[in-house]
Amino acid sequence: MLWSDFDRLGRFVDPWREFERMSRDLSRMGRSSVHDFPLVNVWASADKAVITTEVAGMEPKDIDISVADEMLTIKGKRQGSDLQEDETYHRRERWGGQFSKNIVLPFRVESSRVDAKYQKGVLTISVQRAEADKPRKISISSE
Amino acid sequence: MANDNLDTRKKEAVTTERDERTRERRVYQPAVDIIEGRDQTTIIADVPGVDESSVDITLEKNILEIYAKVDPDIPQDMQLAVYEYGIGDYHRRFTLSNEIDRERIQATVKNGVLKLVLPKAEKAKTQKIEVKAGA
Repeated sequence: MLWSDFDRLGRFVDPWREFERMSRDLSRMGRSSVHDFPLVNVWASADKAVITTEVAGMEPKDIDISVADEMLTIKGKRQGSDLQEDETYHRRERWGGQFSKNIVLPFRVESSRVDAKYQKGVLTISVQRAEADKPRKISISSE
Repeated sequence: MANDNLDTRKKEAVTTERDERTRERRVYQPAVDIIEGRDQTTIIADVPGVDESSVDITLEKNILEIYAKVDPDIPQDMQLAVYEYGIGDYHRRFTLSNEIDRERIQATVKNGVLKLVLPKAEKAKTQKIEVKAGA
């Protein structure tokens, strides 16, 4: 048994530690190398997935989400800060500009059942696995 | 104005002995824009996951400190399949160089962006100094 399995088998699972454990596992596999704005995390189970992304300072109408099969695309434009005439940047670290990001999901999704909400600068998109993509149970008939 | 050649990775905040963590979680340093105007300095910080009730701002002498707590929804019964960013609180400290009018500091949080307006105190505003011709 792996030590990390201990948490999973225990009765109480702390979501924070669970997140740390899973992110460590993925980092070890070298699957966290893309850093295009905006950064995304994808959570998946057998028949649904949740995509979260941090896009602070936007309005929902400025975010465009589309899906095609297993590809999810998030597009938008994040404005930089407006400067008044007598103002200058003393420091400028916040990302600004136009973005378009493709995310490959673990399965094809039902494009009519995509749910998105934007709260506190975090965009959360929930998708359902397409019926046609679900593993089909094959019944065995006896003669 | 585009500013898109930046490293978008989240930076973990540096811990010094002075501020040992009491909460067992990651702490990130938010990306900020600091805008200097004639009458005020504006600090704009990206703090996704934060609203007005979860941010603490303190000003002690000329040290301005921001600490914002994040309580995210971590989906239950799901496995992380793609991991590009960590989740945690935000902390950053600034040393203010100008005399700030403490009474009139304004802070707002909207869509995960914290905006701090620090008006300059009257005496700190730039004064024009007349240069007289030498005798």
